[in-house]
Amino acid sequence: MSEEIILDVKDLRTSFFVDDFEVKAVDGVSFKLPKGKTIGIVGESGSGKSITALSILRLLEKPGKIVGGEINFKGNDLTKASEQEIRSIRGNEISMIFQEPMTSLNPVYTVGQQIRETLKVHQGLGKEQGMEKGVELLKLVGIPSPQERIKQYPHELSGGMRQRVMIAMALACNPELLIADEPTTALDVTIQAQILELINELQEELGMSVIMITHDMGVVAETCDYVAVMYGGKVVEYADVKTIFKDPKHPYTVGLLNSIPRHDIDVDELEPIRGSVPSPKNMPNGCRFAPRCPFATDLCMEELPDLGDVSDENLVRCWIYSERWDGDPEVKEHGPKRTT
Amino acid sequence: MFQFIVRRLFQLIPVLLGVTILVFSLMHLSPGNPAHIIAGESAPESTVQQIEERLGLNDPIPVQYANFLKDVVTLDFGNSWRTSLPVSTELWPKFWVTFELAIYSTIFSIFLGLIAGIISAVRQYSVADVSIMLVALFGLSMPNFWLGLMLMQWFSINLGWLPPTGWGTPEQIIMPVFTLGTMGAAVIARMTRSSMLDVITQDYIRTARAKGLKEKVVIYRHALKNALIPVVTVVGLQFGGLLAGAVLTESVFAINGMGKLVVDRILARDFPVVQAAVLVMAVVFVFVNLIVDVSYKFLNKRIDLD
Repeated sequence: MSEEIILDVKDLRTSFFVDDFEVKAVDGVSFKLPKGKTIGIVGESGSGKSITALSILRLLEKPGKIVGGEINFKGNDLTKASEQEIRSIRGNEISMIFQEPMTSLNPVYTVGQQIRETLKVHQGLGKEQGMEKGVELLKLVGIPSPQERIKQYPHELSGGMRQRVMIAMALACNPELLIADEPTTALDVTIQAQILELINELQEELGMSVIMITHDMGVVAETCDYVAVMYGGKVVEYADVKTIFKDPKHPYTVGLLNSIPRHDIDVDELEPIRGSVPSPKNMPNGCRFAPRCPFATDLCMEELPDLGDVSDENLVRCWIYSERWDGDPEVKEHGPKRTT
Repeated sequence: MFQFIVRRLFQLIPVLLGVTILVFSLMHLSPGNPAHIIAGESAPESTVQQIEERLGLNDPIPVQYANFLKDVVTLDFGNSWRTSLPVSTELWPKFWVTFELAIYSTIFSIFLGLIAGIISAVRQYSVADVSIMLVALFGLSMPNFWLGLMLMQWFSINLGWLPPTGWGTPEQIIMPVFTLGTMGAAVIARMTRSSMLDVITQDYIRTARAKGLKEKVVIYRHALKNALIPVVTVVGLQFGGLLAGAVLTESVFAINGMGKLVVDRILARDFPVVQAAVLVMAVVFVFVNLIVDVSYKFLNKRIDLD
């Protein structure tokens, strides 16, 4: 690959230690993010996608801990960086925005104070310069009358406005990487579209790379270049965004796509994925998805498949594509089918 | 804000009227004839009657109350029945002693309580946390007169470092302030801990960390300000307790303050002094809580005082 890789996550393992019991929330996740591109990390609640994101900036709260792997950001392994080094990266080279705009801003400080804080820490800007830059940033993220807004408190702004403020704060120091942890989940549909568009535009304008954490395949289609589908703390499929939608290989990815309503094809019934995500305390021995997979065989139940090349485009963690699999020959031949 | 303060000041009027009624009736409901007390046990009946006449004790109760109210409004509480000195001359020097004691104790308890509470919350379940909470529990359950006596035993008698009694010099201030402030510090520490624990799991604390701020800045600037409201409320309420609790501390350390004055004069049926003292304490308490209410607005602009 000729592209410059800005973030290279290798075999990341993050666990929570509760009562001497290790809960493996992220269990060997690897992906590469080329500069200026967007990777989507997709999965249900509990798949480990948010923990992966928090691990990158080492924002895990106790009792969470990175227990293995590497997070190479521009050649630096963040898992080994000192507290001071990681602080100088947070909000500066790597920024993060969160799911809950309503509670992610501190209620007792004005928008301006909160934006200025980042500028002061990383760029040493004083009050007036910070204020000026703050107004500029609010303008950049499309907040009307920024001069007034910057003096307001978070409770005076709507959810969409607050998420814009969060984005403005995240962009304050021109980060090279933006981690967006379900940035639109808590917002109205119309506002969602605006925020996604804003992120796309800013990415193009500023040349940022983006990690988009989401459970919404619609968001993926809208924003991502690459997609890593996570299940049970592991990446089960990795491909570029076109391939994921056109030719998904893993039964879980297919299931995710089948559960999205589509307007262009007439289907009477959506097909949900039956069952629910396994508890990390009680992970299946074999493929994590086997208990819910319509094609699972004994092999799937007993042995964990590797993430391997299935085609030129897809990396898939599934037995169906191995010689050893002895399930439905039809599925073996053509892979799981999308019904929608 | 200004409007709020003015309105609150007006709201004080009914509160203070209530206080005057309570104070007035308490004194009149208590047994014993003040005239007898003033005249002495063996005084002739005619002297007693003369005194009753002079003090207006034979007037109907409403008239007596009206006279009392007039005194309150003009801030003229008359003369002590005991010493014949003007009430203000008797009260003010002692009020200032008690006020000082209460203020120093409050500052001490806020300072100690906040620091201990923050350490406890930030290092939840650590040895430091457990020890601080144990000490706080001890401080909370210990009667302060006993603590005062123990301190005196150690620092005055055994070690001879501090003077056992009196008020005024820095050495004299240490033990009474510690005695009176300990319980407040314990309450504030526990309150701060639970309030901080609530706050540090909030999303905006994670945001603050994600901005690359130092942990100290995250805790003191972002968490503490949010955690302070319940703490400030407790401080306001504690202050009233301190004024009242000062009685015991003053007795233990033989401090000539208002607490001691009030107890002495209640026993002596010196109505004017007692009434004035209770009234002054009530006013101080109400004002301190007004300050607390106003400070909410500074801590969190979302709070609507109107």
